[in-house]
Amino acid sequence: MTDHRIKKHPILTIPTKKVISFSWQGNKLPALEGETIASALFANGIKVFGHHHKDKSPLGIFCANGQCSQCMVIADGLPVKACMETVVDGMQIFPNDGHPVLPEVHSQPSFKSVPEINVPVLILGGGPAGLSAAIELGKLGIHALLVDDKHRVGGKLVLQTHRFFGSADAVYAGTRGIDIATILEKEVTQYPSIDIWLQSTCLAVYSDQKVGILKHGNEYVLVNPEILLVACGAREKFLAFKGNTLPGVYGAGAFQTLVNRDLVKPADKLFIVGGGNVGLIAGYHALQAGINVIGLIEALPECGGYKVHKDKLVRMGVPIHTSHTILSANGADKVESVSIAAVDDKFIPIPGSEQSFECDAILIAVGLDPVSEFYQKAVDFKMNAFVAGDAEEIAEASAAIFSGKIKGLEIAKALGQEIGEIPALWYRTGEILKSRPGNVFSEELPNLPEGVVPIFHCSQEIPCDPCSSLCPHGLIVVDKKDIRSVPTFIGNNYCCEVCEKCVAGCPGLAITLVDYRANPEKPIVSIPYEFSSEMITRDDIVTILDTEGNSLCDTDVFDIHSIKTSDRTMIIQVETDKETAPHIAGIRIQSPRITQPMFQYVNHVTDDTIVCRCEHVSAGEIRALIRQGYKDINEIKTVTRACMGACGAKTCASLIRRIFREEGVPNDKIIDPSKRPLFIEVPLGLLAGENSKESK
Amino acid sequence: MTHPSDHFDVIIIGAGSLGTPTAYYLANAGLKVLVLDAVSSVGQGSNKRAIGGIRATHSDPAKIRLCQRSIEIFSTFKEVFGDDIEWDRCGYAFVAYHEKEEQTLKNLLITQKNYQLENDWYDQKDLLKIVPDLNPRGLIGGTFSPNDGSASPLLSNHAYYTHALEKGAEFHFSEAVIGMQTDHGRIQKVLTSKAEYQADFVINCAGAAADCIGSMTGLDLPVKPDSHEAAITEPVARFLGPMIVDIRPAVGSSNYYFYQHITGQIIFCITPSPNAWGEDVNETSSFLPMVSRRMIEVMPRLKNIRVRRTWRGLYPMTPDGFPILGWAPEISNLLLGVGLCGQGFMLGPSCGELLTRLVTNSITDQDKETLAILSPTRSFNSQELLK
Repeated sequence: MTDHRIKKHPILTIPTKKVISFSWQGNKLPALEGETIASALFANGIKVFGHHHKDKSPLGIFCANGQCSQCMVIADGLPVKACMETVVDGMQIFPNDGHPVLPEVHSQPSFKSVPEINVPVLILGGGPAGLSAAIELGKLGIHALLVDDKHRVGGKLVLQTHRFFGSADAVYAGTRGIDIATILEKEVTQYPSIDIWLQSTCLAVYSDQKVGILKHGNEYVLVNPEILLVACGAREKFLAFKGNTLPGVYGAGAFQTLVNRDLVKPADKLFIVGGGNVGLIAGYHALQAGINVIGLIEALPECGGYKVHKDKLVRMGVPIHTSHTILSANGADKVESVSIAAVDDKFIPIPGSEQSFECDAILIAVGLDPVSEFYQKAVDFKMNAFVAGDAEEIAEASAAIFSGKIKGLEIAKALGQEIGEIPALWYRTGEILKSRPGNVFSEELPNLPEGVVPIFHCSQEIPCDPCSSLCPHGLIVVDKKDIRSVPTFIGNNYCCEVCEKCVAGCPGLAITLVDYRANPEKPIVSIPYEFSSEMITRDDIVTILDTEGNSLCDTDVFDIHSIKTSDRTMIIQVETDKETAPHIAGIRIQSPRITQPMFQYVNHVTDDTIVCRCEHVSAGEIRALIRQGYKDINEIKTVTRACMGACGAKTCASLIRRIFREEGVPNDKIIDPSKRPLFIEVPLGLLAGENSKESK
Repeated sequence: MTHPSDHFDVIIIGAGSLGTPTAYYLANAGLKVLVLDAVSSVGQGSNKRAIGGIRATHSDPAKIRLCQRSIEIFSTFKEVFGDDIEWDRCGYAFVAYHEKEEQTLKNLLITQKNYQLENDWYDQKDLLKIVPDLNPRGLIGGTFSPNDGSASPLLSNHAYYTHALEKGAEFHFSEAVIGMQTDHGRIQKVLTSKAEYQADFVINCAGAAADCIGSMTGLDLPVKPDSHEAAITEPVARFLGPMIVDIRPAVGSSNYYFYQHITGQIIFCITPSPNAWGEDVNETSSFLPMVSRRMIEVMPRLKNIRVRRTWRGLYPMTPDGFPILGWAPEISNLLLGVGLCGQGFMLGPSCGELLTRLVTNSITDQDKETLAILSPTRSFNSQELLK
């Protein structure tokens, strides 16, 4: 039997967990205690979880976040979301083929009344924003209830193995996301005034100003907050292309969840769609987990993510195809290849530019939408409501941390606490952390080939400053008033003592040290390295690359070591000629052979692309209606059932808007579909306050 | 000044459960029809909020006859119009857990039998054969009417809309009627947010807004909306045949009903008690706990079905629970099709035909009897037995 678990990881420790067993279609399989059904199935190589009731096409994981409802399975007789439900010993799991059979019930029902509680503050979402707000409230002793639908707090921080950008002073920049999650978790739990309900989902904000919460997945509770803070983060945008519902097409968050949280390997060869930070970082995470990244496409002429993230990926040997689009995901019941094409300046594929690449997974990272519906309802219903983090505006997690902090204090003020004015500077910092990448400069090379010189392969304005606090002599400077400026070295060639803290600590892995002291003709270059130390040893021959990933030459590894303060980042040293040395930015991880296109372009056979994943409604059906003059998405819903499915229009609504735009209908002429509860599907018995399910 | 092109034979106010089929039947009769609605597309008022039940098993000859005709139309819709409106002859089962409901239901049967309705009393054992998942504890029995059914309100109304367009009817959406000019006991002009129009006849099919439209001609229509909440579940394999109606009152609610749509979802609705008068259609926190408990009490199997979406819709109620259908008093060219009391979907097709016969002056003797019961000038003193 194949085991698709990640056995070693350069950043994550692999915990030992008890092995339990479950059955899939009657076959006994192993699982790890505490993992989700989806991860247990993936670990056993099972990626098709069922078949769609309308067209019998295969279904599997897409979001791994409890949102899209594509991963339904029948567990012990009941339909559940495989990505949210924990596998238990002896569980019998079957695929969800068509509509599930509702089990017969012969017991007499008994009920308790649905509990109602009052709280001063209710925080929806325990990610960076919600946690930071809770911490501020906790410091002030203000009672707040924080609910989060996952097994632990931290939100998407728990998936981020890389060091964070942002401000070291304000938001833990330079620390890995997973570690920030732990720091925030530890801090929030020390405040007795903060209650945390995990595995608890907000279902609806009602017009009578009560909020319906499914507590611990087994009890419906109505919460009556004085103040509501919505910090539910974001959801991933979906993309319409042929074959887009094939198992193996994942949202970036799903991929990171499977790999970094659950340590299962959902693919061997990954292709990434989208060159924002999410796609770029996910590519890096994949490589760290031992998954080949065949390529990354971006429709724009430049990647939208930070240049250092892009450079990092390119240096590992991942080709980035800008001005390219995905044509299709190809395969019978799972992804076998991807077809892409170059696009012109109107994003139309250029005939003749089609290429196909062999891969078994396609990661969609084409942007995020705020999960803001609860906030909108709260405003409609005239509640005292706040919104923070991605739910307010999509930005980096560092910005979410800071925005949560500010909102926490604003809430305290709104509750009448005497805390003084919130410094105006904070709002400015908040804005800086949210800012998009700015100008790109050329790299500064050393003036003299002598002594030791750090090279910053960091030439784009982004909000990031950890390097400035890493140098023990304070020789690296980033303008504190605006941390978007690029770093400068203020020492001369004889100040640096080669402690390598900056090399190991730069979140972008964008600092190298060139040491000319031993031999000015053959300097030694220190390069950061975040892969398994077993992959490379002394005297191995490696390909060294410049910032943009261009191959400079092959050379021996002079040394590989770690430094005391380094947090799982290794240092590789190579010795090269003095002309090459300053240009070295990294070493190639992935062989160029892997990323070659297939000999022939693969054309996906089905003739239309799915827009509504739940009801399998195609772009063609919707386009035809728009051409007939339909402007109200509610009417499209009536005719096609798009937006009526299990996910509650979470994936298709923005795609439908996009088709409207493609058809030349201006935004203000389009009527959005009505937003209605519930956020997720919930058994009727729980809503009735039925005493049945044991607590988990 | 109005242009000749702004003159219509009939203007219908409201593109909902009644206005839309009426537009079709009038256009089909060769009339030039304009439908005006403030919403942005067809059926966006109460139609899309209806749960889809269609029954002829009422307690009075008017609604019985009208719904018998509607059932004929719905059940042959695919053959006649070509559209799949998800019609299902699922029947209705009214359940009795107390002698009081047993008596009410049995009394109704007497009236219903007079109109050749197929509806019979089944004792517990026989009713459980029809609906095996009913909670047997305390169940006395119930009535089952096999010819009643259900269909998709959205698809039905939309089908009528497309066929009305084919027959030449015009629909103007996002165009609210803001006034009417009357002179010599006739509506001379219909004024909207965008234009003004003339018509030989005007029909008020404005649903929950009927009274507001009525007041533009000085009429005080006894129609006021009552807000009911409803919900739909995930689809599951078919296990439930008929629409289940439980007429027992409880704290916070009177009757409630649920059925499994032909596509597998359970759709349900509850009548609030006291009534929730007004136009508020925002979701409330009390609905789900209340309705789910009552449903599971009657059908424990429902406890595991997952609720997908909830919404709220308006029942345009009249004092006696019967629709108001016919010529308006004092305004000679105004027809009323209002106050359908939450039954606009099931009454829509047959009432649309009847309104058309009124316009084309071709009513039958049976129509006269129906119209007398639904007359706008009736006393409103009686009370519908089974709302």
